[in-house]
Amino acid sequence: MNILVCVKRVPLTGGKIVLTEDERAISTRHLGFTISPHEECGAEEAVRLIDAHGGSSTVLTLGPPEAEEQLRDMMAIGIDRAVHLITDGGEWDPQATAAAIVEAIRAEAEPYDLILFGNESADAGNYQVAIRVAHALGLPCVTGVKGLGVDGPSVRCEQEVADGRDVYVVPIPAVVTVKEGLNLPRYPSVPGRLRAKRKPVAASTPARPEPRLEMVRLMLPPGSSKQAEVLGRGPEAAPAVVGVLRELGLL
Amino acid sequence: MSLLVFVEDPEDDLSRQALTFSRALGEELHAVLIGAPAAIDGLASYGASVAHMATGLDAYAPAAWAQAIVELIGRLAPSAVVGPGTDRGNEVLAHVAAKTDRPMAANCVSLTPGDPASLVRVRWGGSLLEETLLHGSPALLTVAPHAVAAETVASPAGLVIEEFVPQVSDADLVARASERAGALSAGVSLADADVVVSGGRGVGSAEGFGVIEELAELLGGAVGCSRAVTSAGWRPHTDQVGQTGTKISPEIYIACGISGATQHMAGCRGAKKLLAINPDGEASIFANADYAVIGDLHEVVPAISTEIRKARSQ
Repeated sequence: MNILVCVKRVPLTGGKIVLTEDERAISTRHLGFTISPHEECGAEEAVRLIDAHGGSSTVLTLGPPEAEEQLRDMMAIGIDRAVHLITDGGEWDPQATAAAIVEAIRAEAEPYDLILFGNESADAGNYQVAIRVAHALGLPCVTGVKGLGVDGPSVRCEQEVADGRDVYVVPIPAVVTVKEGLNLPRYPSVPGRLRAKRKPVAASTPARPEPRLEMVRLMLPPGSSKQAEVLGRGPEAAPAVVGVLRELGLL
Repeated sequence: MSLLVFVEDPEDDLSRQALTFSRALGEELHAVLIGAPAAIDGLASYGASVAHMATGLDAYAPAAWAQAIVELIGRLAPSAVVGPGTDRGNEVLAHVAAKTDRPMAANCVSLTPGDPASLVRVRWGGSLLEETLLHGSPALLTVAPHAVAAETVASPAGLVIEEFVPQVSDADLVARASERAGALSAGVSLADADVVVSGGRGVGSAEGFGVIEELAELLGGAVGCSRAVTSAGWRPHTDQVGQTGTKISPEIYIACGISGATQHMAGCRGAKKLLAINPDGEASIFANADYAVIGDLHEVVPAISTEIRKARSQ
């Protein structure tokens, strides 16, 4: 099998978001970076599927030069190679992102059997890049998958819905977006990190088209800070807590 | 001009919110429904004047459902197509966008029509808002859950019902929900629980959740946890509250040893009250809490359980 997993570099936001002066990005001066949580499960699943079925796994990102850090992280958990579509760090809208990914996929020597995405990115949350890629390539797309099994020429996908799970069985090649909970992603090992340093990264610099979904500025939601009533310190606070529970009619 | 609303389920509050959001734009409201949902009469109460019923599609097939909407766009030339900010709402609208090569904005809280349309939408699971311009017509968007409250109109007009059979291709039907399996988790559902008691990194181990489970059981509630806990393998992902876990809306949320990262807060913003127990008085969770106990959860939580037993035995 030949599997591609697409990831996005995002800041580790912690407890309080601070914006840059131009209000077009999160200030990352004191922050580390990671990929969207759903995508960690996508990469883990790709490694497990290749372990089970043989073949090759590739991780792709569209992002600034620094996003190579995330590509190396994914190769450290077992992904074989990387494709880096390098940007200047500015915002790419979902249509432009999908178009660049499609072009990169078409340029590959071997076609992919399975193209994995996170269900939505942690930061922008546009819910559409994978679906656009699937349409452009003429492939079926299943989203929000929390159970995945490759069975010969098809892939069985389970999606959580309100009262159970919906099952989709689609032929490969296919595009699948996954959600956290699909698996428990491993942490990179030291030997894994060393191996990742020598794995190949194919880099290119696509041109950014004019955005059709054009971010103007970011804003913090109004009234997002409260003044908590301190009920006490340590176990002595227990009677006050029970008082609150009684007031709320929960006892 | 008209405005087309994808009504996933006429009885679901999020679909009604999408109708209420759209009605405020003052154009003739057309609803599109796929399959044969019950209770469509109620749509008039939310301001719809025409209900377009796409028939011939049974199982959920997102690309086929989108094709029905693409046909209506051709026929009605609406100024915007609006869906609920649900899994299916976002998915179907994204397929419409991909099929018609138009931009689409997910989870919007406001819309000022025009070309470009000016929108405000949520990012980071609601921790941040984004002002954005959408170039192209019709504008395709979904409405963020609870951005508006669903409201009925004072005097509903009549509802015209028009059935149609969309011309879907075989390719549109390849990905379809072909069977329904049972749920993965049992017990008090996290999403519906009136009380949720959660533990974070401060719990320290899988065994440490004993005191959290005890308090949850005493209150008839569910156990939750933060992402740090599921990543460490202490609890299953089905217990995770957060942007990429379950979104909860209990009467009270008791967060124990949780720092309050945006990832976590995105999952518990719907809680009516939040009680945070944390030894660090500077923890960011306190900025989102109604009640605070500063202390070690391993001492505080058992003391609360003891106090509840005492109160009940009196």
